[in-house]
Amino acid sequence: MASDVLFYIFAGFAIMCAVSMVYHKNPLYSAISLVGVFIALSCLYVTLAAPFIAVVQILIYAGAIMVLVVFVIMLLNLDEDRRENRLGYLYAVGGGLGLILLAQTFFIFYAVMRAPQQAVNTAETAGKTLSIGQAMYTEYLLPVEIVGVMLLMAIIGGVVMSRRLNQEQIETVVEAEMNLRNQQEEKDDFRIAF
Amino acid sequence: MTVLMEAVLKTAFPFIVFSAAILAAFGGVLMIVAYTVLAERKGLGWMQGRVGPNRVGPWGLFQPFADLLKFILKEDLVPDKSTKFVYFLAPLVAITCALIPMVLYPFGPRIADPLGWLVPYVADWPTVGPAVSWIAEQAINMPLTIARIDVGVLFILSITSVGVFGIALAGWSSNSKYSLMGGLRSSAQMISYELAMGASIIGVVMLAGTLDLNGIIEAQIRSPFKWFIIPQFIAFVVFLISAFAETNRVPFDLPEAETELVAGFHTEYSALKFALFFMAEYVNMFTVSVLCVTLFLGGWYVPGLGKILEPGSIPYALVSHLAFIGKICFFLFLYIWIRGTLPRFRFDQLMNFGWKFLLPLGIANIIFTILIVYFLNS
Repeated sequence: MASDVLFYIFAGFAIMCAVSMVYHKNPLYSAISLVGVFIALSCLYVTLAAPFIAVVQILIYAGAIMVLVVFVIMLLNLDEDRRENRLGYLYAVGGGLGLILLAQTFFIFYAVMRAPQQAVNTAETAGKTLSIGQAMYTEYLLPVEIVGVMLLMAIIGGVVMSRRLNQEQIETVVEAEMNLRNQQEEKDDFRIAF
Repeated sequence: MTVLMEAVLKTAFPFIVFSAAILAAFGGVLMIVAYTVLAERKGLGWMQGRVGPNRVGPWGLFQPFADLLKFILKEDLVPDKSTKFVYFLAPLVAITCALIPMVLYPFGPRIADPLGWLVPYVADWPTVGPAVSWIAEQAINMPLTIARIDVGVLFILSITSVGVFGIALAGWSSNSKYSLMGGLRSSAQMISYELAMGASIIGVVMLAGTLDLNGIIEAQIRSPFKWFIIPQFIAFVVFLISAFAETNRVPFDLPEAETELVAGFHTEYSALKFALFFMAEYVNMFTVSVLCVTLFLGGWYVPGLGKILEPGSIPYALVSHLAFIGKICFFLFLYIWIRGTLPRFRFDQLMNFGWKFLLPLGIANIIFTILIVYFLNS
């Protein structure tokens, strides 16, 4: 009963935030709305007895990724979005994808309603950190390892992409840096002499 | 009628208890926070050869209330060009994220029978007697924690990481270059030091085998060291330094470096909205001290107290609770002490220190702990 009421409150909040994220023209408002969606989702996870997922949802999505997004928006000082007419065909693509998503949702709903009712695992440990860790490092060890290697590749790739310089460029960068330092030192020398 | 009343009361009982517990914790923490501000002003005064506030009440003891009154009565200025909605939202986010972790503080050990002594006195009374004995029955094994959840440490970390938004949004929405610089600096700083803090906690979590704050204290009592500061000293140092950076305190107070940024992200805030930021900073200091005490100093546990007083009795719980508060007050004093001692870092020094020294040290500590746990278990 209480969990039903909570579900409708949080689901309603999530949908409201999602709509406001899509419709706001100011990118910062959209980002704040997205944080609202994540928080509502994590509240839903709590009502579904999955505290670990709920906390990780806030920690990673709201606390790390969205902070970076807000950071970039603040740094770039983006203007409000204007309507672009030349991208009209995207409406058709988006509408089509939306219809497919809606059909999928209805199919899943239908399949779940048709499926035989199974007893839910109501053991105390379900959804807790210990059971998630055990499942990750026994049953799903290979996927976890693959994801780990992929993330490492992404990190290294990011570093390489941001540092891609050929020999000449490196020389110019180093020269500029050395000049700057020499100037700074001269300034400091002047100050000391003065 | 009485049956219905009884049913209603029994349904409402948990809500009443939780509301009372939250109110008590809220009041207690805010009182400590208010007097931390006074202690900071007094302590800094002494360290710098001044007197500090001494006008309001004896020895300046009513200064926090005078400050609060001043904050409420001051004119609330809103910059004309600010983004209004975000400008109002930011202090709310900051104070909410600071106060939520309060429900997880492990204030003390379980009390076996907190109201048992009351039952014989009121047993003969007509309606109160049964009610009190029912409440006493419910209160058996009462924990001194409002909510005990499985992922306590992660929960506190995640809520404090959302608290960054308060500062970043305040800096952006004020539409002032000083505020924006302060907000950007603070988000960069908090993201960087959160990693080192997380890395330092993992070692403790591995030794304890749980993320629950009370579970970590119990694991420390079971372990031969009693306090995890002994096997995890490196983690303790990393945690303490990143705690200073997370709460934007000296020597990492670049977001509000007053000599260069006026007052940083809250330059444009006045009256009660500024008070909310101020309070959020001090409540965050309290939260980080609670984490530090719980993870490394055994929380409420005092070695040897179990031999003098019976564990589970009310005096034992009281002494443990006072020990917990005392340990926290030591860390709050440490904040003041360091503020009176150290100068401020430069921003590049701060970033280099966080990424190139603290984070590798934290990861080295994780690997070291993994090896120790592995060889101890095999």
